[in-house]
Amino acid sequence: MASHYEAPIREPLVTGEKSYHDVTVDVAAPVEGRANKQWWIVFSIALVAFLWGLGCIIYTVSTGIGVWGLNKTVGWAWDITNFVWWVGIGHAGTLISAVLLLFRQKWRMAVNRSAEAMTIFSVVQAGLFPIIHMGRPWLAYWVLPIPNQFGSLWVNFNSPLLWDVFAISTYLSVSLVFWWTGLLPDFAMLRDRAVKPFQKKIYSLLSFGWSGRAKDWQRFEEVSLVLAGLATPLVLSVHTIVSFDFATSVIPGWHSTIYPPYFVAGAIFSGFAMVLTLLIIMRKVSNLEAYITRGHIEYMNKVILLTGGIVSVAYITEFFIAWYSGSNYEDYTYLSIGAATGPYWWAFWALIICNFIVPQTLWIKKLRRNYMWSFIVSIVINIGMWFERFDIIVINLSKGHLPSSWTMFSPTFVDVGIFLGTIGFFFVLFLLYARTFPVIAQAEVKTILKSSGERYKRLREDGNSLVGTGADSRTSDIVGTTKENLDQDTKNNS
Amino acid sequence: MASKVIQAIYNDDDVLMLAVKRVKEAHHHIEEIYTPFPVHGLDKAMGLAPTRLAITAFMYGCVGLTVAITMMNFIMIEDWPQNIGGKPSFSFIENMPAFVPIMFELTVFFAAHLMVITFYMRSRLWPFKKAENPDVRTTDDHFLMEVSLNDNEDELTRLLVDTGAVEVKVSEKH
Repeated sequence: MASHYEAPIREPLVTGEKSYHDVTVDVAAPVEGRANKQWWIVFSIALVAFLWGLGCIIYTVSTGIGVWGLNKTVGWAWDITNFVWWVGIGHAGTLISAVLLLFRQKWRMAVNRSAEAMTIFSVVQAGLFPIIHMGRPWLAYWVLPIPNQFGSLWVNFNSPLLWDVFAISTYLSVSLVFWWTGLLPDFAMLRDRAVKPFQKKIYSLLSFGWSGRAKDWQRFEEVSLVLAGLATPLVLSVHTIVSFDFATSVIPGWHSTIYPPYFVAGAIFSGFAMVLTLLIIMRKVSNLEAYITRGHIEYMNKVILLTGGIVSVAYITEFFIAWYSGSNYEDYTYLSIGAATGPYWWAFWALIICNFIVPQTLWIKKLRRNYMWSFIVSIVINIGMWFERFDIIVINLSKGHLPSSWTMFSPTFVDVGIFLGTIGFFFVLFLLYARTFPVIAQAEVKTILKSSGERYKRLREDGNSLVGTGADSRTSDIVGTTKENLDQDTKNNS
Repeated sequence: MASKVIQAIYNDDDVLMLAVKRVKEAHHHIEEIYTPFPVHGLDKAMGLAPTRLAITAFMYGCVGLTVAITMMNFIMIEDWPQNIGGKPSFSFIENMPAFVPIMFELTVFFAAHLMVITFYMRSRLWPFKKAENPDVRTTDDHFLMEVSLNDNEDELTRLLVDTGAVEVKVSEKH
């Protein structure tokens, strides 16, 4: 039908001779196959890191926050750095599935499932840090608005830390239902293909009995659209509120009005970097090269270029204002001459090189379409964004209003261990996901196959009709009446 | 009502769309269509009424906003007003700017979750629910149309096969 038209100049989003059935087979293959050796090796490393981190968490909680490297001056350090880093990474998933849905970017369909999984897993890591930092995590329920009789006073709704509680729990839970609703038809596909009874049972349970009625699809699409409309301001609000943790304080370098937009851009920047890190590997390992193409990598690199540009402008603004204010206190904020030449010069330059200079190479088309370079840049940005939060927190705190209390921060093995532990936990979750979940929203990809699949684009350009081209000889084992045997019957009867 | 339906299976979405139009033109009643992915325009061609889930989301959002305002007004202004860092908390309107983030978050929280729960209830989706698609291929690359049968099996079979169905069979309605 004419509605499948897409300009021939657009790169196909699904390459190769893919039919609807091919999409099913390719998405189900990693789930139905067996894990190879490399998977087990990476999984074991991640598991060991996770267990090490768990040990450090148990040590922290049983002994006290004193086992960290915090001191009187630097009262927040790696914990909050890691918290903001993980929340930031958790921003790409919902951006891809919500904002890009509203903008009708079809390329999001190949990457949204994994990006959302990454979002949920990284917000889980982020949530761990404030809870551990409470020191008495069994009293974590005190952040809920419960009456005074339960222990503490009513919570303080003027505090940005409490806004965070609401923002992050809303974000995590809404992302989760958004993800799960999108998964239902794909779990149903796995369920209907499953041959082993146990697999069939599990996927029946996970798919909530999805049957694919026309009315279900109509509701499904409406729900997706409304959720996207709700999640778009939500994703912007979450990192805005995280930035309020700093911006509403009076610490030089934190008390800054550009924090909300700058944090949101930085979050999307780091989130897309992590999506690239994961998907450049996953497309190879799970044989999804036809769905996550060079074009997809380039689109994501363009988003990185845009958000990286916003972040760079924010850096320049902060640097200029620190100098222009003429205030002594601004001399040592994280973007200032004092920071660039002071004891934390290495952290300052790590930030500038990783987030400002290296991503500029993506202006060159050859480089942003190169898998290896994109992968390297994505890792560099991940590191740079960690340093951005480290700089904001540690450099700013290390030289405050009172010079006699100026000091440096050095992490203990526990600080490092918990951070590595969350990276391990994240990869444990993601690797399990990659083997048990449909990692591409196959039902959605099927809707764009006739408009953006390479085979169908070619058929259409050659002037052929696409009616009837969805058929696949492998799936048509005929039982019941068909045109051939009906004609045969009529012939026999006469 | 007919207790039997005729099931026609198609293997292409465009063929299905043309078939739906022809079956409607011939004034047959389409009971249900099962598809592996949302086929654009199918609901309109079948004559399904538009869904009202978006309206429910708006109403749930209003509930969330009301809950947020009522809760924070009670806690911060009525039950236990405190002087926190010299910030005013003696009337709701003075303290309101600090409440905006949570007013927004709870609006989204209520709208999103209650809408999804409504969707799951209306479409009968929940854990341990048995799937009702009559053929497993309808989650892969086949499309199944169920048309109600009133002693017109031959005529309908002929029509459906003519519209490009690859399989046609009669089944009990469930």
